[in-house]
Amino acid sequence: MDIIIVGCGKVGSSLAEVLSSEHNITIVDKKEALVEAASNDFDVMGIVGNCLQTEILEEANVSKANIMIAVTASDEVNILTCLIAKKMGVRHCIARVRSPEFDKQLVFMREELGISMMVNPDYNAANEIAKVLRYPEAINIESFAKGRVDLAEIRITSGSILDGVSLSQLSRRLRLDVLICAVQRGEELTIPNGNFVLRAGDKIHMTASHSNMVKFFKSISAAYREKRVKRAVLIGGGRVAYHLAQQLIEMGVKVKIIEIDRDRCLELSDRLNKVDISCADGTDHDILEEERVYDADAVVTLTGIDEENILLSLLAKNNGVEKVVTKVNRMSLMQLSDTLDLDSIISPKTITVNQILQYVRAKQNSLGNNVTTLYRLVNDRLEAIEFVVRDKKDYVEVPLKKLKLRSGILIASIVRGNDLIIPKGDDCLMLNDSVVVVTTTKGMHDLSNIFD
Amino acid sequence: MNYRMISYVMGQILKVVGLFMLLPIIVGFIYGEKHVIASFGIPFLITMAIGFSFTLSKPKNNAVYSMEGFVSVAASWVTMSCIGALPFVISGEIKDYPSALFETVSGFTTTGASILSDVEAMSRSCLFWRAFTHWLGGMGVLMFVLAIMSSNDSRTMHMMRAECAGPKVGRLVSKSRFSARILYGIYITLTVSEAILLMLGGMPLYDAIVHSCSSAGTGGFSMWGNSIGHYNSVYIEMVVATFIILFGVNFNLYYYLLIKKFSLAYKNEEVRTYFGVIIASTVIIAINVHKLYDGVGDTLRHTFFMVASTITSAGFSTTDTAKWPVFSQTLLLMLMFVGSCAGSTGGGMKVSRIMILIKTGIKELKYITNPRAVATVKMDGKPVEKDVVRGVSNYLILFMMLMCISVLLVTLNGFSIEESTSAVITCMNNIGFGVGRFGPAGNLGGLNAFSKVVLCFDMLLGRLEIYPLIMLFVPRKR
Repeated sequence: MDIIIVGCGKVGSSLAEVLSSEHNITIVDKKEALVEAASNDFDVMGIVGNCLQTEILEEANVSKANIMIAVTASDEVNILTCLIAKKMGVRHCIARVRSPEFDKQLVFMREELGISMMVNPDYNAANEIAKVLRYPEAINIESFAKGRVDLAEIRITSGSILDGVSLSQLSRRLRLDVLICAVQRGEELTIPNGNFVLRAGDKIHMTASHSNMVKFFKSISAAYREKRVKRAVLIGGGRVAYHLAQQLIEMGVKVKIIEIDRDRCLELSDRLNKVDISCADGTDHDILEEERVYDADAVVTLTGIDEENILLSLLAKNNGVEKVVTKVNRMSLMQLSDTLDLDSIISPKTITVNQILQYVRAKQNSLGNNVTTLYRLVNDRLEAIEFVVRDKKDYVEVPLKKLKLRSGILIASIVRGNDLIIPKGDDCLMLNDSVVVVTTTKGMHDLSNIFD
Repeated sequence: MNYRMISYVMGQILKVVGLFMLLPIIVGFIYGEKHVIASFGIPFLITMAIGFSFTLSKPKNNAVYSMEGFVSVAASWVTMSCIGALPFVISGEIKDYPSALFETVSGFTTTGASILSDVEAMSRSCLFWRAFTHWLGGMGVLMFVLAIMSSNDSRTMHMMRAECAGPKVGRLVSKSRFSARILYGIYITLTVSEAILLMLGGMPLYDAIVHSCSSAGTGGFSMWGNSIGHYNSVYIEMVVATFIILFGVNFNLYYYLLIKKFSLAYKNEEVRTYFGVIIASTVIIAINVHKLYDGVGDTLRHTFFMVASTITSAGFSTTDTAKWPVFSQTLLLMLMFVGSCAGSTGGGMKVSRIMILIKTGIKELKYITNPRAVATVKMDGKPVEKDVVRGVSNYLILFMMLMCISVLLVTLNGFSIEESTSAVITCMNNIGFGVGRFGPAGNLGGLNAFSKVVLCFDMLLGRLEIYPLIMLFVPRKR
């Protein structure tokens, strides 16, 4: 497909990086240096200029493009670029819109203005953090097949009932249908078989139906004390904090926000109800003591500076806070999560990139490719892909035990109609099934790729 | 430095060069020249052996940055020149290796300067190889590798930049592989149409192929001692002149014409200036030399051809410019520096660089006359980035410095200052003829081996635009 990316910041360039291997990418930005860097590093064409000029968009061949993605720093520019591009003939456009003021008119913009998709990184990050806080054991949860299948990343702590259990006994012991897709032990990432024994310290990726996932978390949490988050402290009162506070209040969690800027505090207290807001320097240890931050069940660090967030999280962890969530902007810092023993690092930019990628893949799907959803996990080392069985190929309606899968590939679940099947040897793929596949090999475009 | 990746790229390039060595073997068989099996077979085997041993496995770490791009391109050009010289030596048609190397470098860099006093005595296969090196070097071998490579390496820009001419290099379409294919497509189409037009003018097939290959790269190797003048045909001269001018135009322009974006094509200031310079210099020289020829027609015919041949850096000739007045000869020398457009197969400093330099000069003058003046250098109506302006000035400075050093080294031969200087200018700008004994009627055979090697470097410096070759010799710690 021909894709135009407008705005060549962190999100724009990482989209260019991922998409350029399969698609024809053109990037547009005002800053020459950014365009140059991107076209040097990735196989993309760069155009320097203002994306609101029809001349520039014409140069990018907008009338022939399938998708335009507007991810400049300004909401207004993104929306306007989409409108202009739409009039010039682009088929789909995606705009990044972050300001909470536009929250209520997203539907209007989608339906009346014809912008195919609005991405709000702050809102998505807040969503993600809320999910993590809802299941304290979990590090990350993604969903497939319109929410019917959940893929969770869980760290096994010592004393967990999962410690020392082999995978073949797992379902019997929990009396639940769950499937462990991948285990990360230290640096090593394996797709395990039935004899694999779980150990404390492992990070596991597992799939289950949404209801089973809830039950699963209940049963592993019941094993030790009740751990639901009741009190959360958010350090830094930016846009993510605003969205997160709203969601946490709905979940019945007591929220306190610590923010250094008085005007911002006033603004937050105008807009939010039932939230404690303190105007203080959240990086000051004494203030944290005084505000009883360390007594909270969860601390979320949301300041604008990555380093500060990481240090504050380490401090909170050290002082015995159960659940710590860290926001970082620089995606490269995500890889520190293992070394620093911080379980949950959330990067709004990565979430945005993933969301846009999903959309692009869905569009590609309508052009004959079978991928509907794709997640990249464990620093892009693991991919979870959802395929739809469209044609009657030779692997359809054959029991799985008779098919030979390529190594490093696992069929994690099959969704047939409304039912979720955790596949066993006797199950087979049927037409129109949604199949979630977990793999360490990259670049799977079709279901037939997974068989030998 | 990622040496594995550099050798991998080199291997790919050498494999392509090796495969192209099969063409002169075919030519040799057609004309019954038995020696081709040894003279081209051995270099073919050497190239393929090196090529395959370098590309046995694809390196895991395929990160290529500008340093690696520069070094791999420069190293490949040096290696392929060294191997490409072997056929001449093995067949015994050029006795000593430095001369053969000079001839090959002159071929690949599309200079067209020759050390041969009797070109016509060469075998047909060797003459074909000589012309074909022009064709291959004109657009670049790496570009060819990129066009046929199937892999999706994203950092190819660094390599493309090292081989492409001009102050700024961009892609035509978003995939560099397809950009390279489009460029080669245009290149091949133009070459074939020239060959057909030449044949319509009564040129035999073999001659037509040799001359169109040679003008496609704006090289200048001919199979006759008196170059295109041999045919003494106005039609052939005009076809060759037109095509070398076309090959000297930025190839992006043809792409814009192909996709019917005429406004973008017309907007190109560089190409308009290029045509302007050609017309202006033809008129000026014609007025200056009209006494030497009979009638306006004849004067224009020779001046137009020589101006085209000089500014595009082809170096064909129909007449001996050494007999021209000094004014005209000097003007030709200046045209050598101007050269053709960026993104073409021609050599020289490139019209766009000269334009940026002149415009910067005017801007500076404005500052001096009015310190409060604010002015920007613009090309095609768009402001030129400061970095590009700085890059162009640096290029000029480096070019001049290296030129002075080379002139100094070449004067060791004992030739006059103007002859030595013109030899260096013609080599660094990839033209093919100088003044005096190095004029169109002469050749550079009189130089000693040391000067030949120096001039080889100058030609490579000119073709790869200085930086890649310098990078090859910069000591580095990492």
